[in-house]
Order: sequence, then C-alpha cells, then structure tokens
Amino acid sequence: MRYLPHTDADRRAMLDTNGIADIDALFAAVPEGALRRELPDLPRAQSEIAVERALSRLAARNVPASSVPFFAGAGAYKHHIPATVDHIIQRSEFMTAYTPYQPEIAQGTLQYLFEFQSQVAALTGMEVANASMYDGSTAAGEAVLMAHRVTRRSKAVVAGGVHPHYRAVIETVSRLGGFAVDARAVDPETSFDADADKDTSCIVVQMPDAFGRVADLSALAEKAHEAGALLVVVVTEAVSFGALKSPGAMGADIVVAEGQSIGNGLNFGGPYLGLFATRKKFVRQMPGRLCGETVDHDGRRGFVLTLSTREQHIRREKATSNICTNSGLCALAFTAHLTLLGEAGLKTLARINHANAVALAKTLGSVPGVEVITPAFFNEFTIRTPKLGAAVIDALADHGIIGGVPASRLWPDEPTLANAIVVAATETTTPDDIAAFRAALEEVLHG
Amino acid sequence: MVEMPKVILPAAEAAAPAPTFTGNRALQIEEPLIFEIGSAETSGVDFEEPAETETRLGGLERTDAIGLAGLSEPETMRHYVRLSQKNYSIDTGIFPLGSCTMKHNPRLNEKMARLPGFADIHPLQPEKTVQGALALMTELSRWLLELTGMHAIALSPKAGAHGEFCGMAAIKAALEARGEAETRRVVLVPVSAHGTNPATAAHLGFTVRAVEAEPDGTVSVDAVRAALGPDVAAMMLTNPNTCGLFEPHIREIADALHEAGVYLYCDGANFNAIAGKVRPGDLGADAMHINLHKTFSTPHGGGGPGAGPVVLSEALAAYAPVPFVRREGDAFRLVEHADDAPEGAAPFGRLAAFHGQMGMFVRALAYMMSHGADGIRQASEDAVLNANYVRARLADVLTQPFPEGAMHEVLFDDRFLKGTGVSTLDFAKALIDEGFHPMTVYFPLVVSGAMLIEPTESESKQSLDQFIDAVRALALAAKAGDAVRFTEAPRFAPRSRLDETRAARDPVLSYREKTPE
Repeated sequence: MRYLPHTDADRRAMLDTNGIADIDALFAAVPEGALRRELPDLPRAQSEIAVERALSRLAARNVPASSVPFFAGAGAYKHHIPATVDHIIQRSEFMTAYTPYQPEIAQGTLQYLFEFQSQVAALTGMEVANASMYDGSTAAGEAVLMAHRVTRRSKAVVAGGVHPHYRAVIETVSRLGGFAVDARAVDPETSFDADADKDTSCIVVQMPDAFGRVADLSALAEKAHEAGALLVVVVTEAVSFGALKSPGAMGADIVVAEGQSIGNGLNFGGPYLGLFATRKKFVRQMPGRLCGETVDHDGRRGFVLTLSTREQHIRREKATSNICTNSGLCALAFTAHLTLLGEAGLKTLARINHANAVALAKTLGSVPGVEVITPAFFNEFTIRTPKLGAAVIDALADHGIIGGVPASRLWPDEPTLANAIVVAATETTTPDDIAAFRAALEEVLHG
Repeated sequence: MVEMPKVILPAAEAAAPAPTFTGNRALQIEEPLIFEIGSAETSGVDFEEPAETETRLGGLERTDAIGLAGLSEPETMRHYVRLSQKNYSIDTGIFPLGSCTMKHNPRLNEKMARLPGFADIHPLQPEKTVQGALALMTELSRWLLELTGMHAIALSPKAGAHGEFCGMAAIKAALEARGEAETRRVVLVPVSAHGTNPATAAHLGFTVRAVEAEPDGTVSVDAVRAALGPDVAAMMLTNPNTCGLFEPHIREIADALHEAGVYLYCDGANFNAIAGKVRPGDLGADAMHINLHKTFSTPHGGGGPGAGPVVLSEALAAYAPVPFVRREGDAFRLVEHADDAPEGAAPFGRLAAFHGQMGMFVRALAYMMSHGADGIRQASEDAVLNANYVRARLADVLTQPFPEGAMHEVLFDDRFLKGTGVSTLDFAKALIDEGFHPMTVYFPLVVSGAMLIEPTESESKQSLDQFIDAVRALALAAKAGDAVRFTEAPRFAPRSRLDETRAARDPVLSYREKTPE
C-alpha cells in the first residue's frame, strides 16, 4: 500500500523490539469476539489510477456551475477564485499543519489568522473578530447563544428574512439547549420587521435578506437596544461588504457571515467558513479561537492563540462553546483572496456584482409575466413567474440553465412563495449568460 | 536497528545566533503584516468594467474607508509563501501530536476534491444535476457504516465537536420520544475525556458527572454502575481512551448502561487505532462521530476545516438530522425538511445550512478506496505498532503512568524530569530546536505533565528512530543537569518563547486597534 512505509522486515523488527510475536498481542484488551479476523466487506486497495478513474466518473455525473449559465445563490455564490489563492492554500506548510499549539513554529498560521481577524473586523465595521467558525449558519447559532450569555436572557427573535436553513440551525441549537426562538412570518414585504421585549436577548436579521433585499437596520438596532437586546446581523454574501454600509455602522452588536464568496469554491455546501465579529467589550463571551499579538523572549513581535480560558479544552463544561476545530485553511483562502483584491479591488468586485444583477433584473423583468419583487438589492433578488418556481427551475435545467433557487425549496410551507425564484448574478455572469437565461425562461413560460 | 549518529553539542558551545541588520536569518525572512506593506489603492486582481451603471442599493452605498490593504499578485505570493516558511508541517517532518492524528495527506485526494464536478457544484442546484455527488455521499456512508458496524449516518456535522453535538442531540431526541428528557439530565464523562465532551453535554442542557479512572487508566464497570441512576441520560466514552488505552470493559459498561436505559456515546477521535479491526457497533455504541480529518486523513489545514459524520445505532437512527440522502430506485434524493422525511423518521432538526463537508467527503473516500479494506486494517495495525515501538524504545529513559497496553498513542508523564528544573513545556520546546514538532503536552489532564505521542502509520522506522533518538538524548541531557538547553528553548525557531500571559492580559486582536483613529 503506497501510503504505508513499512516493509514486512521493518514490522518484524519492531515486533521484536516489543518482544511480541504477533500484532494482535497489542490488541489484547479488545473483548473476546470483537477483534475481527475477517476483513470488512469492502473493496481491496486500489491504485491511484483506479481511484482517479472511479471518482472522475462520479464527478462527471454532476453539472459544474462554470459549465452553464448559472444563477443560483441563496447562501452560496459562484465567484471567481484567482489561481494564486489555490496555490497558497496548498502550500504544505499551511495545509498539513495542525492548530497552532506550538506558536514558535506556527507563526505562518498565526500571522494570517491575525490578518484575517483584522480584515473581518474592518469589513463588518466591528472591533474584534475570531479566527473563523464552521460556516455562516453555525456562526449564527453561536451568535444567539452568545447574546443569551451577554444579556442573561433566553429568547431570540428571528426576522422573517433570515435564510430558512440559518433559522433552522438557530431553532435546533436553541430548542436543544433549552432556549426560546420567536421566528417571525416569512414575507418578502416585512422581512426586516422585528421587535424585542424584556426577555429578548437579540434580534437576528439578515442583510441582504434571503430574498436579496437590502434595508437600513439603524432603526431596528435602536429598537433592540431600547429593549436591552443585541442586534445580530447575518450576512450570507460577503462580497456585499464592499458595496453596502457595514452592519457595524448601522448598530449591529454581533455580525456573523458566510465567508465562502471570498476565496472559497461552492463545494456542494462545504467546507465553508463562518465570520464572527463583535464589540470588544463582549470579547470574553465570544466562541471559537482568537489570535492575539504578543512578543517573544527577545522582544520580537509574534502571535499566539489567546483568551483560551473561554474554550472547551480549559473550561470544559463551562466553556463558551464546544468548538475545537475552526476553518483555518478556508480562512487562509479568504484572507489571501482579500489581500489580492485589496480595498479598491473589493469595491470594484462588489460594483460589478451589483451591475450584473441590475442588468439581469432588467432583462428578466422584461419577460412577459415575470415580476421582480425585490425593490433594492445587492447581487441577488426574487422574481415571481406565472408558473411554479420548482417546475420552472427544473425545465430551465433541461435547457442547460441553472436559473436560481425556487423559493419552495427554501420555504416549502409558504404557499404564497410557490411561484417565486431567488436569482443571483456575480462577476462571473456574462451578457451571453443573461441572454440565454431570458430566452430559456420565455420558452419555459410561454413556449 | 539503525542508530542515528548523535551530534550533541553542550549548550555552552552552541553558537548563539549573531544579530543581522535586517533581523532576517538566511532563509528565515521577517515578514510584516499586509497592513504595513499594502495600500488601499493596490490590487492584484484585474476586472472588466460592466456596461450597466444604474444602482439599486436603496441608498445604502458604503462610503467609508473599509480599512483593507491590497498587494499586487507577486507581492501577495511572496507574503504568504514567506509566512508558510515559518510553519512546521507533516510534509516537513513527524508531527507526533497525541490525539490529533497527523498522518500523511495524499495529494490524489486534493486533486479529486478539485474536480469541477465536486468543487464547482452548488448545494441548491437541481437534484438531477448532482446525482454523482449524492452517489458519492451514499458510497462514503456505506464505507463508514461497514467499518463501524452501525445502522445509520448523519453526514452534515462539520467537525468532531459538531458531531458530538449531533450524536448527543439524537440521544436527547430519543429521550424526548421516551418521555424521559426531563428526568434524565446527567451525562457521565470520564475525567480523562476531551474537553469537547463536557462542553457538548453542557450545551445540550445536560449536567456532567465525572467518572474517575482506575489506577491503570481505564474505566471500570463498578465505577460506571456507581455513577448510574434514574437521572442519567448517556455516557460519553472515548475508546481507545485519551491515555491511549483500549477500554477492556467496554462491553460490560455498554451492557450496564443499556440495562439502566442509558445511551453510550463513543467519541471516535481515536477510531484510527481500530478501523478495520474492531467495530464500535459490536461493542455497544449508540452514537459515534468520525473525525474524517484524523482517521481518514483530510488535511488539518492549520486548524480546519474538519468533518465529523456521526454513525447511529438502530435505537437512534430515526432522529438523524436533515438533510440526508435517500436512494429511490436509480436516483438519489436529498431530504431537506422534516416534513419530507420517510415514514418513521423524526429528525431532531438541522445542524448546518447545507449537506456537510463535501470537499472532505471526496478526500476521505479517495483515501479509503486507495487503502481498501486490507489497507485500512494495515494502517491501524501500523499506527499501533509505531506507538508501541516508541514506547518500547523510550521506556527506560522516560516515565509511563500506565506502562501496559498502549494502542495508537503512548502516554508519558513528567516524573523523569523531577529535580531537573525542566518542565514538560521546556522539554517540548527543546524538541523544536532539534527539528521536531513536540508531542501533545499537558493532555490528558489526569497525569502530571503529560506527554502524549501519536506517531501514526505514516512514519517509517527510520523516521521513528530519529525522533526517538532525539527524545532519548534530551532526556539524558535533562538528567545530566543541562537545564539551560530546555529553559531557553526554542533558540532556533522563527521566534523564541512567546509571552502568552501578555497576549491574554491586554488582548490585541486586530491591526486596526493599534492605529490611532
């Protein structure tokens, strides 16, 4: 087996060193009968050629986003990733390192985490950010639990425009942890509406919301603060930070975001990375890893993991979270891509995303019977057609177009959304893609 | 046995690094932060301007300076490559972190995960356009269920601790269905457990009751029986445990738990010791997470991403969270909502936005297919053999709290350092100077100054001998009174010892904090 270095002679010599005749002497503690003599009922070892052939065959049964005009978003976005990014994250020293527990030989990882935290704090308009979470949805769940700790209250109000899967994650961790969730009605018209009472720890709102709509959150922040609650802002499209007023500037107390859009591929939903930022006064209630600046014995600047007394390996059942692993390498992809973009590049990228979405909305809105129901948006909006959204998307796929995500897949219990489709454009969208979408949609609706 | 040549200079004769004008030391280049070398105007990405100029941002345009710094493409490449050179990695040497399983990461797996058919598909595109992905998830499930002897699987958990949450949530859901969720609120956790176990239990509203280990480092049936009661919901047990020992009474413990209506959660962090040899389902486990980034070699990536699928017994199978894949004839379907679940299923909820760590699923399956059933078993045997070889060759110079029965990792304590003025941490830092990543230190918490060594099956005998020789030489140096070699270590790393107390006292967590507004 090509990954195992020992020869049989090595194994023999090492068994001799241990003074045993057989490897199973080292498995002597396994209860009678549980040590299996027969091999598992699975295929035997295969060559690199054979594995590559088999997996390539499976991959060929999928339709890659880049191979067709592609307009799906709803929490995962198809963006271009510079070739440099993928090279950097495949550096052996980054990819095959562990969590930086020995900081003197992990300054590479620690310094990029510090840069990452700095970038995330700047993007979100907050003071501090952690070294990443699993993804945006799990970060949203952790944000709610953190708001409970900060306010010593136990109910979260979730606005109707929060991505339904994020809402489901919040509801799951809350119910199992013994906390209440007040989820507001799902309606594109009122997707930012929420209020707080004396039991409310936080209002959770998404911006742009799951229909793509944007709105000023300042009044909502005030409403939350007047009631002694925090405002948690969820962002599923990180490129929007380059175009829209930051959540921090609108009064957010905790900002969580899906970072996939910057540096990370679609990957059928994972691995992604969660961004988590807040005010400095709440830092000791944050979940996840934090990297901080310090000096070494010789007075030189260096970085270490810090404030670990919040974490499970020190605090055990009193920890702020059970999280151990984060999304280190995805955070590196994010930080390297954002370094390539820089401030000017991110703003340009965001402007192009918005321009392409406006062009797409104009084109789709001109198809008879199609209505764009999102008045103001970033790179994603919702349309309503005369037919069921799921059927339209299915028929579009037969025309070689991935035309968005039917609202019925996101909110199966909302009959008023049955004909709605959530549609996204990015910098990868071309005028030809838009023209092809329009032609196919006309065919599907009226052909 | 090939003894490596030992060239050990006494500390006093070791050359002190002469200062340079730049602070650089040959291949070790000091590298500033991007914020110190980049600018707001610089960009390493070129774009084509769109024709459309109208905006529909609702008056919410961002007008402030964000505070980002950009670099051109060559500067970006150089910055991150220089940073990478300040890291130790598996590709550069043995990484014997106990409990972390730092094995070789085959590049075939990277290549497969980057096939556009896997890397460039959207989690919500039509099912008929992702049949290959759903087939892959089904195939991965088959391998994991066969290797564990369990009944059902949840693929969506994103890391080990997330998997723990999933498994314990399934237990809570089962207790709710039995009408016992209110009465059974205690989870038994051995004192040697990973910190994630008690943290997970607490986040599900359970209280934790510690179970003490026997003097031999394992858990006894009597200790479990003594802790059992009508208030107990589950026990979380790592097997092999964090001392590297297989729990010999695991079956009797499982039986005692089940008789009392209590579930057994198995922490699968150490499954790599027994994969292909022992099935946790045969030992009575009701739920177990599998760290794909440990046992099945998806890269640790400097702290993630991981993946933590959970296998479930028949008793818990109904409660697996959405989403999951179902086969219907020749087609695969995703069940994304509880209402859509098949008859008898009662998903406890949803743990993450999408379907799990697909990129890790591809890598793990490529790893398993490459090894095959025979190679997986051989890998487990080699991992156990390597740990025991390290144990045998260090037994006369280090001290072992539990001298018998190491599996894939071997635990030492700090008694051999008594009176030397050298601590476990000092010892670890001196190993850095010798060119090795240290072992896990101070974990498990149950022994004094723990040193937990897990070589994995990826290390050749020659590599193990080099590491063992260095540890032996250091142990002898410590006993000989050469304390300075340890207390001033590391001397040859990119940084000398870092002040963690200062970092925590007045935390500086971002660059902007230091810039005057």
